[in-house]
Amino acid sequence: MSQEQAYQALIIDTGCANINSLKFAIERLGYVVGVSRDEAKIKQAPRVFLPGVGSAEFAMQGINELELKQLITSLTQPVLGICLGMQLLTRQSFENGVQTDCLNLIDTEVNGIDISGVNDMQSNGSGLRLPHMGWNTLSNISDNPLFTGIGEDDYFYFVHSYCAPVSEHTLAQCQYGQSFSASIYQNNFYGVQFHPERSGISGARLLQNFMELV
Amino acid sequence: MLAKRIIPCLDVRDGMVVKGVKFRNHEIIGDIVPLAQQYAEQGADELVFYDITASADGRTLDRSWVERIAKVIDIPFCVAGGIKSEADAQKMLSMGADKISINSPALSDPSLINRLNRQFGQQCVVIGIDSYFDDETGQYQVYQFTGDESKSSKTRWQTIDWVQEVQSRGAGEIVLNVMNQDGVRQGYDIEQLSMVRDVANIPLIASGGAGTMAHFSEVFKQADVDGALAASVFHKGIIGIQDLKQYLREQQVPMRS
Repeated sequence: MSQEQAYQALIIDTGCANINSLKFAIERLGYVVGVSRDEAKIKQAPRVFLPGVGSAEFAMQGINELELKQLITSLTQPVLGICLGMQLLTRQSFENGVQTDCLNLIDTEVNGIDISGVNDMQSNGSGLRLPHMGWNTLSNISDNPLFTGIGEDDYFYFVHSYCAPVSEHTLAQCQYGQSFSASIYQNNFYGVQFHPERSGISGARLLQNFMELV
Repeated sequence: MLAKRIIPCLDVRDGMVVKGVKFRNHEIIGDIVPLAQQYAEQGADELVFYDITASADGRTLDRSWVERIAKVIDIPFCVAGGIKSEADAQKMLSMGADKISINSPALSDPSLINRLNRQFGQQCVVIGIDSYFDDETGQYQVYQFTGDESKSSKTRWQTIDWVQEVQSRGAGEIVLNVMNQDGVRQGYDIEQLSMVRDVANIPLIASGGAGTMAHFSEVFKQADVDGALAASVFHKGIIGIQDLKQYLREQQVPMRS
């Protein structure tokens, strides 16, 4: 790759299936983005994405087999984990009743979404089910630059059954049966539970904000 | 609050969008990518691309259009038709599809649902069900291979039993297509959808029968479905997506703005 084509962002190739949709979304913003599991390339990239679908247990297994754990934890540039990728940045996940040790970069944990307390009904008479799938809004959005220009009327696409609780690391909340973290961060590690690459204009704005973080 | 979803379905044959009535007599509507883009811009919450010949024909299809769509679309989309294995699913997902919808192959081999769930996660495993109301027996019956009239056949499954079966095997979402209503625009089958809603604790998408904006309001309010799928009313310009969402908002149905 020639110098003028140097990657502005790199997606860590964890072997999960949905990497292309994220790559295309970043490309639509005009950035040069690569997909790799090469240590040197990942270290050099100004921005790093950690995508993920599937279960935490299998994803961590993959990360451990590919010996990516030490690399990811050593990164100092802004890193954005998306959906399961966000969950992997936490201490641990209790998905499927299994305790999976995660990357321990954001000091929180992941549990099942609790819809039991809602009496199966939202205020409009609609029931709740899992996965939490579809477009939802955010609340308690912090003034972190990741959320510049994003308000409580903007919708984001979610699809998940597990979540991180609201904590000191929460950047924005979402409500579905319970309040949970729609976004978390600690140091240079950021995570979003929703899929910005599939969240229309609002999602594009968030990706742009991440690319422009100083 | 989680919004209810409006989902245009684009039936695809050889990279072109087509539409038939009651699964027959397909006419070409237009090119796939510009149509997909147009729906996304108009406010569709999700798109379904259904390769109507795939399951029945058994041939390997050129699916390069999936990647072309993924490049321009910034809302979720699902690919249906002819996905029979983990390898097929992997291919669709890696080209950029968010979900894959399985219908006939799941009926032939229900364990496919478990395997797809394990490999790709529940969130991308959608099960399409073609359900037919049999006047004589008064039963809702699941049909297979409905993409081809000559192969379309009744299965041993009653609809409710199959819904429970796919759910227990790890489906992430159900699209219930009521064959009696398909393409005739007489309204969704509220009675059947309500019946399925009672047993489905995963998202449920209504398909088949949308003709007016009131039909959408009814299906959300009376059957509490998570999304409503429709084709001809959108393709033929009978209902505009923006008008529909405005109308539903006025009817107190939560819609993404």
